[in-house]
Amino acid sequence: MSEKNYLTTDFTLRSWFLTTDHKRIAILYFASLIFFFFVGGAAATAIRIELATPQADLVSSDVYNRLFTMHGIIMVWFFLIPSIPNTLGNFIVPLMIGARDLAFPRLNLMSWYVFMLGGCVTLFAILAGGIDTGWTFYTPFSTLYSNSYVIVAAAGVFIAGFSSILTGLNFIVTIHRLRAPGLTWYRLPLFLWSLYATSVILVLATPVLAITLLLMATERFFGVGIFDPRIGGDPLLFQHLFWFYSHPAVYIMILPGMGVINELVSCFSRKEVFGYKFVAWCSLAIAAVGFLVWGHHMFVSGQSLVASLVFSFMSFIVAVPSAIKVFNWTATLHKGSIHFDAPMLYALAFIGLFTIGGLTGLFLACLAYDVHATDTYFVVAHFHYIMVGGMVTAYFGGLHYWWPKITGRLYSEYWARTAAVLIFFGFNLTFFPQIILGAEGMPRRYHVYPPEFQVWNVLSSGGAAILAVAYLMPLFYLGYSAFFGKRAPANPWDAPGLEWQTSSPPPEFNFETQPVVTREPYQYNERFEAEPQNA
Amino acid sequence: MPESSAVAPQYASIPHRDHTAELGMWVFIATEVLLFGGLILAYLVYRHAFPQGFAAGSRHTEIVIGTANTAVLLTSSFLVAWAVEIFSPATSKIVTWLLVGAACLGLVFIALKALEYSGEYDEHLVPGINFQFAGPKANGVQLFFIFYFIATAIHALHMLIGIGLLITLAIICRRASTKRHHTALHSAALYWHFVDVVWIFLFALIYLPGRSTS
Repeated sequence: MSEKNYLTTDFTLRSWFLTTDHKRIAILYFASLIFFFFVGGAAATAIRIELATPQADLVSSDVYNRLFTMHGIIMVWFFLIPSIPNTLGNFIVPLMIGARDLAFPRLNLMSWYVFMLGGCVTLFAILAGGIDTGWTFYTPFSTLYSNSYVIVAAAGVFIAGFSSILTGLNFIVTIHRLRAPGLTWYRLPLFLWSLYATSVILVLATPVLAITLLLMATERFFGVGIFDPRIGGDPLLFQHLFWFYSHPAVYIMILPGMGVINELVSCFSRKEVFGYKFVAWCSLAIAAVGFLVWGHHMFVSGQSLVASLVFSFMSFIVAVPSAIKVFNWTATLHKGSIHFDAPMLYALAFIGLFTIGGLTGLFLACLAYDVHATDTYFVVAHFHYIMVGGMVTAYFGGLHYWWPKITGRLYSEYWARTAAVLIFFGFNLTFFPQIILGAEGMPRRYHVYPPEFQVWNVLSSGGAAILAVAYLMPLFYLGYSAFFGKRAPANPWDAPGLEWQTSSPPPEFNFETQPVVTREPYQYNERFEAEPQNA
Repeated sequence: MPESSAVAPQYASIPHRDHTAELGMWVFIATEVLLFGGLILAYLVYRHAFPQGFAAGSRHTEIVIGTANTAVLLTSSFLVAWAVEIFSPATSKIVTWLLVGAACLGLVFIALKALEYSGEYDEHLVPGINFQFAGPKANGVQLFFIFYFIATAIHALHMLIGIGLLITLAIICRRASTKRHHTALHSAALYWHFVDVVWIFLFALIYLPGRSTS
């Protein structure tokens, strides 16, 4: 290990904050996202403590509004959307395609600075007194009635949006132009297909959010009536524009997770992903159809019944490619040589939790049931199963899988498995009771509730405590391993992907010689000509 | 860097770099289309709801200035296209002047726009600042002018960025014009033409409704 890797080329702060190395930028993002995750998590903790009893005993209703808004804004825009793309994606995409960097390395660094600027503006809004509109900024409350820092928070989200766009643009161009010789589209690992689909959504949906927030902030600042019905504006137009971004954004928050799961399931079953082309095209199908379902957030808003019927139908359609993926992962497991390493435990947890999230989504796509479930804990449980049970679990899985590549160290398998199991149980204990609460009619966004709901709320808060501990654990054992862990070989999982063919951690420009690809991905059956393993 | 070549390490060759940069600009334009697309959608929804008000609002815009600005912008785009077409180290002087000319026309556009804004301010047509309009169409007219100001202001911001790009390229061309700036020029030209195309849409949406009736 005498040769320098990307971590040891230079140790100055300047070399980190002015780096254009995609791997170092991924680390910058990683550190920032850990911070935001715990800020959002702190708000969630306060919410769950408050909800342990039916009365208001921790916070007032006004503070509670600010807590769940802060939780939503931070978790959606400053954790989930950048999570896998900007950390794992940034690190792995060039390695997976055999490139020496992303297409636009300086743009990549700029996107981190833009992200941090947006984050700081949003944190300022929170510290100055918070926002009470919910993460959706619905008008006319946000424009006419709210006495909180709406414009500042919207500005933070607006700025962070540019970071999303720049990242998406960089990935699209990189995947088109910088693939290694021989790496055709159908030889791309499925993680890249997912990230490509995600990037298309980032580039096409985010600007609509930008213009929507701009219109909302203009109305609030100048006191004009863009969405104000008293002078002819239409508050529903805001919802349409907002969800035109925010429903595709839901797929920004799950597609990268699905991509990671392909890699994990295949590696730890030692098998090709079943139905590669179906899975690849399903990512794009989800991205495309995902643009046509936003109206299912507005079934009770008073939109026309015809519109609701169409959106309901489309919402069922968009479940098809997701279901194909789940079936293909289980088919990949079938007769595989399954290894229960920590990343695989996360992957299996993902499949289970995502399935529950997806099926509850079908309930909500039904017009008749949705009228009952709208704005109840059923919805809260549904999207947490997708975003936390799905995306966050996949994020942890991917993090463990690529950790040896990123840090060059091996983590404690024992602690990693313990954390994975705890996350699975903690998560279900937190959110399954919320499905029941929602079905029984407990509305979301209230800090007091009738006493008959207390049993389920106590269970949920107890689960949240377990989940909090489980989410803190990787901070310790992964943090420890980064400095004191066993040295990792180049290819600890014996996997055929290009990222494993270079040393761990990779050198500054990833590959000593330009790799050439001659086969399909996931060839676990044949012995691929592995590089000589580091002793 | 491992090898001291003209291109950054992630590219195999100069053409590879140039094609990649150009694709980057196209993707960026795609994102811009959706930015203006959202705004134009909102405009169309309200125009559908208030056809009379929007026609009345449109009749209060300065169609002479709007038309003149359209001509100015199209001419400026033509100069940029010309510069791209003849670009080579030998023609750097002409290219520089073409770019300066295009940037100056951009500034003329901004100046005319400012003139137009001040006229609307005098007529009390600026929502949120001094809007006054009597009659049953007031709501529609106000919505029209809200969109008028937001759309033209965002467009003007894009113009200013484009003018900055053109001037930067003119300076580069004057100092040291080499083949490698062709892609930079080409990408900036794409952006400039895009801003131009947006204006064509805005022109039709802002100045033309309600002109045939009164």
